[in-house]
Amino acid sequence: MRADPTILHVDLDAFFAAVEQRDKPSLRGKPVVVGGVGGRGVVATASYEARAFGVRSAMSTAEARSRCPHAAFLTGRFDAYREVSGTVMRLLRELSPLVEPLSLDEAFVDLAAAGLDDVSVAGVTEVARRLKRDLHEATGGLHGSVGIGTSKLVAKIASDLEKPDGLVVVPPGTERDLLRPMRVTVIPGVGPATAERLRRVGVHTVAELERISEDELVRVVGQAHGKGLYRMARADDDRPVVAEREAKSVSVEDTYDTDLVDRRLLEGLLDRQAAKVTERLRKARLSGRTVTVKVRLHDFSTHTRSLTLAAPTDNTRTVARLARTLIAEVDTSGGVRLLGVGVSGLADWIQEDLFGDTEEAADTADEPLAEEAIARVTRGRPWSPGMDVEHATHGPGWVWGSGRGRVTVRFETAETRPGPVKTFSTDDPDLVPRPRGRYDVPPDTPEAGVPEAGVPEAGVAAPDDATPL
Amino acid sequence: MKFRVERDVLADAVAWAARSLPVRPSVPVLAGLLIETTDDGLVLSTFDYETSARATLPADVTDEGRALVSGRLLADICRSLPNKPVEMTIDGAKVSLTCGSARFSLQTMPVEEYPALPEMPAATGTVNSDVFAAAVAQAVVAAGRDDMLPVLTGVRLEIEGASISLLATDRFRLSHRELSWEPGVTDASAAALVPAKVLADTAKSLTAGSQVTIALSTSGAGEGIIGFEGSAGGGVRRTTTRLLDGEFPKVRTLFPTEHLTLARVDKASLVESVKRVSLVAERNTAVQLAFSDGVLTLDAGSGDEAQASESIEASVEGDDITTGFNPQFLLDGLTAIEAPVVELAFTQASKPAVMAGARSMDADADLAFRYLLMPRRLLS
Repeated sequence: MRADPTILHVDLDAFFAAVEQRDKPSLRGKPVVVGGVGGRGVVATASYEARAFGVRSAMSTAEARSRCPHAAFLTGRFDAYREVSGTVMRLLRELSPLVEPLSLDEAFVDLAAAGLDDVSVAGVTEVARRLKRDLHEATGGLHGSVGIGTSKLVAKIASDLEKPDGLVVVPPGTERDLLRPMRVTVIPGVGPATAERLRRVGVHTVAELERISEDELVRVVGQAHGKGLYRMARADDDRPVVAEREAKSVSVEDTYDTDLVDRRLLEGLLDRQAAKVTERLRKARLSGRTVTVKVRLHDFSTHTRSLTLAAPTDNTRTVARLARTLIAEVDTSGGVRLLGVGVSGLADWIQEDLFGDTEEAADTADEPLAEEAIARVTRGRPWSPGMDVEHATHGPGWVWGSGRGRVTVRFETAETRPGPVKTFSTDDPDLVPRPRGRYDVPPDTPEAGVPEAGVPEAGVAAPDDATPL
Repeated sequence: MKFRVERDVLADAVAWAARSLPVRPSVPVLAGLLIETTDDGLVLSTFDYETSARATLPADVTDEGRALVSGRLLADICRSLPNKPVEMTIDGAKVSLTCGSARFSLQTMPVEEYPALPEMPAATGTVNSDVFAAAVAQAVVAAGRDDMLPVLTGVRLEIEGASISLLATDRFRLSHRELSWEPGVTDASAAALVPAKVLADTAKSLTAGSQVTIALSTSGAGEGIIGFEGSAGGGVRRTTTRLLDGEFPKVRTLFPTEHLTLARVDKASLVESVKRVSLVAERNTAVQLAFSDGVLTLDAGSGDEAQASESIEASVEGDDITTGFNPQFLLDGLTAIEAPVVELAFTQASKPAVMAGARSMDADADLAFRYLLMPRRLLS
């Protein structure tokens, strides 16, 4: 815990949904749900209008639809989110060189490294007010909630207190009073399991947690967790703000619309995921020693199997080969609904091969039979709701919905007023997907769409940040 | 079946035969150890359809017969017996074992269901058992362990007249050992791909006698087997194993024909240094070797993590060079070299290095064993 309130936490309000509302004027002020729209999708973000109907993140899209049937259900445009996130992170880095992004829409900023003259409550409040204003302007109308405190724990809790568009500075010395009435789940690391254990010993709030001795806490929740929790309950948190959090693993996973049984199809999918993972590794100039396969079966049981190599690799075939070996250890005969491949034990070098890279080429020669099946499983809907499109005569717009050979498009952009809706045949040659970066960004903005260094890419999981999008 | 045998002789033979028992037998009887009594004494055998082991040992045989008992249990029992003669008899569906005042009664398995052991092929030649064990131990260091690449889990054994070559590689390093032997016919010429693990275990376990007989049969299509026979405990130990299928890569040409840097280092110092600096490596970091005039500098660790560095004396001829290796692969090669001095030959930092031993800093390198190691490539 610091003497001055110099840790700032910023959290963009309903981030994905807010970007959609910005770019789709007709959705402003209306419920918007971003997430998987397929049979098994889950909600990534709901706009505040949708939250009023009880729609929450991580809820199944089916449940969200029943609670809020008139909401716009969109699949999400991650390029756009990454671009906005990059803008925000750049702003934060202008404020202080020490910025710790937690995800696309959330970061800690160390104001002690910002060279501020005045770190009093009034001083940092003014800094936060300016930041919120700059953020609103730079992102074309998004809001962020800011919390400032003497520790990460307090700053993060504070940013949530007056959401949306909040600003809370917790004065030094008042931290414990702030925490005491709160439920224990405000403390990071206290999930449903720990909360349940605490509930059994009569602890619901932080104040009740404070009354438990360290020894007893260790008995209830275990050694490592208990010690940390004991300190957190006293707002005693000296975790530093760490810039450039290093990725611990690189992974991809996919959920399928039907349970997959065919072993060759599964292997073909793993090969593709291995290719995706190793491509990301190579882009990040990383390699890894441990290959993990994650399988969720028809009954929702989730299995992970991993193997560690003698030396780190970024080779697609090596990762694919191990992934195939690993899935053979899981009984997939009942059907697979989710499959993932990850590489961890990251390093910055690879063990070169004496034979060059020509050896295993013959391995995948028998694949073409499965190609079609793989394409069927992995093919996204050609016109997914929310995606940006452009029509030869009507100009830029976005897919409002599609089905039965028709696709409906609303012709509007961030800069226009709500536009008209028109319906076309799905194979209309005049209608094409619109690449990111046109119409949405002012022409003088440099290089849109490149994720800012340090912002974990979707799938590049940093600690505490494993929430799949 | 009834016999009496010395405890040490029995325990040693049972332990030897039980080595090749399958961990998860595909058929229950394969977990068994076959006990047979003949005029010549006692025969113990195990077989898992890949590898067979057969030990003969002297015993006072009163009654001839055969019985199949759990190999692991028998091995555990024999290991713990007091040092007194052991008597075993078959008693209905049980085998009873008596040693001093200790008595065991073991369930038997259906001996008629036990598969016949493969015939030992005709002898191809003999080799000094200690030389063979040492050579195999060096060669198997580089063998692969990945069952998805079965060919690389084998040691390529090439017989050419009076010399044998052993080659193994896991794609990252390559070991090559030459040794001489006494072939049955002077123009013997054959090649076989022997499972590395079986070869290593077998060579190590046959050092009690002075000679090992190698018997190779590669006539059949893909169904070749190799047999090894040595003596121990007053009897004969014989192992056969099925050869691996597949084409072993052409690896001899991977050894570079020239070098630009030749360095010599005291082997023990280098091993110690590599172990020390790689302490910071958390198993994911490579160790960097920089050779320049008279000094070898080792570095490991990177950036803001822990780092280590150390310099040792080296004789360096030719260009300065900086390269890096997986520390474990480097140590595997160094420890396989028996000589007190190691010679490292380099062409370029990105090309494989050749390691060999030498008796002293001035002596010629001993090229009977060479270890070729591919360096690491930094990604950033």
